[in-house]
Amino acid sequence: MIKRKLEELFIKILMILATILVVGSFFLIVGTIFSKGLPYMTWDMITKIPGGGFYIGKEGGVLNAIIGSLYVAGGATVSGLIISIPVAIFINMYLSGKNFITDVLRTVFDVLFGIPSIVYGAFGFLIMVYFGLRASLLGGIIAVTLLVIPLLVRTLDEVIRTVPGELRDAALSLGSTRWETAKVVLRQIRPGIFTAILLSFGRGIGDVASVLFTAGFSDNIPTSLHEPAATLPLAIFFQLGSPVEEVQGRAYASALILTIVVLIITVLSEILIKKFSKHKI
Amino acid sequence: MTSTPHISVQNLNVHIANQHILKDISINIPNKKVTSIIGPSGCGKTTLLKSFNRLLDNTPDVKITGKVLVDGEDIYDPNAEITHIRKKMGLLSQRPYPLPMSIYDNVAYGPRIHGNPKKAELDELVETQLKATGLWNEVKDRLKAPASKLSIGQQQRLCLARGLAVEPEIILGDESTSALDPTSTHIIEDLFIELKEKYSIVLVTHILRQARRVSDYIIFVYMGKIIEFGPTEEVLLNPKQELTKEYVKGFIS
Repeated sequence: MIKRKLEELFIKILMILATILVVGSFFLIVGTIFSKGLPYMTWDMITKIPGGGFYIGKEGGVLNAIIGSLYVAGGATVSGLIISIPVAIFINMYLSGKNFITDVLRTVFDVLFGIPSIVYGAFGFLIMVYFGLRASLLGGIIAVTLLVIPLLVRTLDEVIRTVPGELRDAALSLGSTRWETAKVVLRQIRPGIFTAILLSFGRGIGDVASVLFTAGFSDNIPTSLHEPAATLPLAIFFQLGSPVEEVQGRAYASALILTIVVLIITVLSEILIKKFSKHKI
Repeated sequence: MTSTPHISVQNLNVHIANQHILKDISINIPNKKVTSIIGPSGCGKTTLLKSFNRLLDNTPDVKITGKVLVDGEDIYDPNAEITHIRKKMGLLSQRPYPLPMSIYDNVAYGPRIHGNPKKAELDELVETQLKATGLWNEVKDRLKAPASKLSIGQQQRLCLARGLAVEPEIILGDESTSALDPTSTHIIEDLFIELKEKYSIVLVTHILRQARRVSDYIIFVYMGKIIEFGPTEEVLLNPKQELTKEYVKGFIS
């Protein structure tokens, strides 16, 4: 009896410690970003592009990187969804019953999901070279799209699999075609689609390696797909490398901006998930 | 059987993942009657029911041979139009699964995919079907509310109304009352009795009392084979087969 109680106690302490570790490091990270970034967080940071001597500590902000990041992550999420939704629907609704093919496809997307982002960056770079493109917003969107597609397909696949087979049967029994049934399923998983968008956007906006060669960097806000675009993670990277204290501080301010952008996207999708969950059975 | 059968099954064999689920089934389902399929769990009742509207097609590793004639037309004919076959049959599943939309849109769904009805026509149709299932007075003030907000019993009646809205000839019920409370069960059972005026109804049930209350004919299935088929009273009170006798008495379940 004593042994069982001790075991219970030991496991419980272990779990509490692990939780403290995780939550603690979260607050440590956020705390660091705030304490180091807040003093340098000026209105200019989010409303101005880098001025003349920005990288030696003079005026300007990182608006170029904020806009660039939103363009890249947003563009990649939208184009990723356009490709991933049909794939997920196809795997689940048109190949159902063909277990071998769906197993192979799911494994392929698992493997793709595990590939490090630098590989997608390199691959995106190859595509660009092939088409004679230069580092540009378009290149960045292509590379990040490749990066988020496996994540989107896997997430959507999991979500579609939670839809009860009886709901599909219900739609089919009413004489729906497979596509009409798929539309019912898509309605049902709308909250899940927003989860997928959130995950994809989060991965896309935070990734450095995929945009390193493909999107390039620019102090200006891109006005077309063919211009290079700055991104927040790269901006942080460059600023951190500076010997000037002012610039290093701005790196933390940029990190703070990135965190807040992700936070806004998270809250926004939570609201949308709630709003579209009213039909959930 | 006096009138021509509505569904005629001829030498139907179903294999799922190399298991022989339905063995050489031949049966005629009478027109505008309630026919109940009874039998122990896993005997193939639901498989038989789902073979009628080809929902079986979606099962992995399924192999179907034989014929199922509906109105004299073989639904397993490669040229058969599957949406057309399914339109003829309304399915009421074990648990209600309303579509993720409003009460109104649930009923309007079928008519909308099969045609392009005008708003006024749709309004009338929705009202008619909701009245037919006794739901109208309960929901007429909140037709735009999500169907998921209804109680389970109301949802099941909504699913029935949704099925009736596509103007089927046959209603298939797969243990349609098993998730419902006694009151809702009673309402659904009464609806079946009422609806057989216009529709042929096939029910899968494991509740003998229900089979006795609502059905005109009973099919007893055991281990994938039809053991006995006949009028309700005969099968339940005076079964010819030993297996049926044992099942009705509760020795096998």
